[in-house]
Amino acid sequence: MRLIKILKNTLLVLTACLVLSACATKKEVAIDIKGQMQGDVYTGTDTVEYLADGVPDRVFFATNESILTTASRETLRAQAAWLRKNPNINVVLEGHADERGTREYNLALGERRANAAKDYLMTYGISSDRITVLSYGKERPVDSGSNPLAWSKNRRSVTVKAN
Amino acid sequence: MIKKILILLFILIPINANALIEVDITRGNLNPLPLAVSPLSIDEESRKGFEKILKKENIGSEISNIVENNLRISGLFNPLDKKAFLQAPDIANLKPRFEDWNLIKAQALITGKVNYVDDKLRVEFRLWDVLAAKEMMALAFTTVPNNWRRVGHIISDKVYERLTGEKGYFDTRIIYVSEEGPKTQRIKKLAIMDQDGANNKFLTLGNELVLTPRFNPASQMVTYLSYFKNMPRVYLLDIETGTQEVVGDFPGMTFAPRFSPDGKKIIMSFAKDGKSDIYTMDLENRIVEKITNHPSIDTSPSYSPDGKYITFNSDRSGYQQIYVMKNDGSDVKRISFGNGLYGTPVWSPRGDLIAFTKLHKGKFYIGVMRTDGSGERLLTENYYQEAPSWSPNGRVLIFYRETKTNSKGEGFSAKLWSIDLTGYNERQIKTPTDASDPSWSSLLSN
Repeated sequence: MRLIKILKNTLLVLTACLVLSACATKKEVAIDIKGQMQGDVYTGTDTVEYLADGVPDRVFFATNESILTTASRETLRAQAAWLRKNPNINVVLEGHADERGTREYNLALGERRANAAKDYLMTYGISSDRITVLSYGKERPVDSGSNPLAWSKNRRSVTVKAN
Repeated sequence: MIKKILILLFILIPINANALIEVDITRGNLNPLPLAVSPLSIDEESRKGFEKILKKENIGSEISNIVENNLRISGLFNPLDKKAFLQAPDIANLKPRFEDWNLIKAQALITGKVNYVDDKLRVEFRLWDVLAAKEMMALAFTTVPNNWRRVGHIISDKVYERLTGEKGYFDTRIIYVSEEGPKTQRIKKLAIMDQDGANNKFLTLGNELVLTPRFNPASQMVTYLSYFKNMPRVYLLDIETGTQEVVGDFPGMTFAPRFSPDGKKIIMSFAKDGKSDIYTMDLENRIVEKITNHPSIDTSPSYSPDGKYITFNSDRSGYQQIYVMKNDGSDVKRISFGNGLYGTPVWSPRGDLIAFTKLHKGKFYIGVMRTDGSGERLLTENYYQEAPSWSPNGRVLIFYRETKTNSKGEGFSAKLWSIDLTGYNERQIKTPTDASDPSWSSLLSN
């Protein structure tokens, strides 16, 4: 039984992989792996840490994208509210990419993702002086797996306290 | 260390111009040329002299082993088994009995002699055309004994050049990133080794993340990306002195550095506000110039060998593609139009081709195309591979390949591989640790 379940999940992952990679356009592909992904954006909470109660530390992105999803904007608004309440705290926004891209392009992509988060925090009143952007490209994955779910967890911008 | 090599003296002995053997390196070589590398002969006194200094029992055999190994891995030659040789090395070097070498099907023969003269290593070698029963080349040189490996590489280069008509690539080094530890916490160090994997040496300690080292084609300088103090910046490293300095004064991440062909400039990307543009910095007057200006990601720049053009990848079309522009940033033209994403363009030292990484339907390819984008040819397909770097003669590409992590989180590796421009002769280059981001040096002896 367990094996069948694993196989089933693997199949889902594989299908997602095939569909995604076959799709070289910006079209959204609706796939839901155990409720942890929407399109290919991670929606689970496995890797998420909290800056404070109800303030998740990270947002996730679609493959090759740096657009903030509705959920990401919600997370960032919570972060902005928390930063406004804690004016002495500065943050580093660490931008990351998955392993399915060339190293140099991924460094730039990580920077673009972290900047998308930075811009959003700024529109909610956080001064750019309090925010540093740091891209790691694909150098610091949080999940070492080689599958769409792992990659979705790795495409992220993480807000880290700088002081 | 390299400067010592300048002591090398070449004494040319007459060369016969009308040789008959020729190796065609433009085709995939399915029938490598059978050749015999007779061990370099050595007299007992010289043998003992070198044994004392170099701790090698027979330096003559050691040097010929290097030659044999180089010629074999080139894929163009098939060095024959020494057990089948009928003639003793010292006599063969005086005058080969061509019938004997013909009998074991050798078409070319390398012979030579090693002497210990005034604390120096003196090596002479000859290349013979067995079928024509003629000497094709004879050279002698003298150097410090510690350079014995390089002597083997230089002989290999001379033989390769004489038989193929193109410069060799054996007396060269590879700089790369050594990798250790779990994928989520990789420790990365700069490392350097001879082209054949010997003399591996680590250049940084692993305290900070380092990426994408590239040789200066004109000197022993290297440019690379370091996360020193958590600030990703392009650095310059002098391999001989160990001196390091940051390149330019940018208020953000600089990355993807490479030298201009004359070694006087560094070209790189600077990321700011979600955009990455290409900049150059003149290493003499420190003047920084902005080359591209576009809201997209422009990165992985590489100069043409004459320095007049730059190829790079950009996602200005919506996806990562390869472009070519003039060196002042004007006249930008997209050249990749195939299916999939294209990145890491590198201009061939011969000028006619651009090597690249392609991602298509979940697979990664190393390929080449002409500089106008025509004639795309994919050389190798795999789960993940990227970052080709050319051998100095433009005949071989070195790159790195990663394997998948399985469901238990195991099985990940990163290794260096090389492949001929023909798409044949794919080989792994052994490194003491996992490895990535290789860059091939110019020929050390020119």
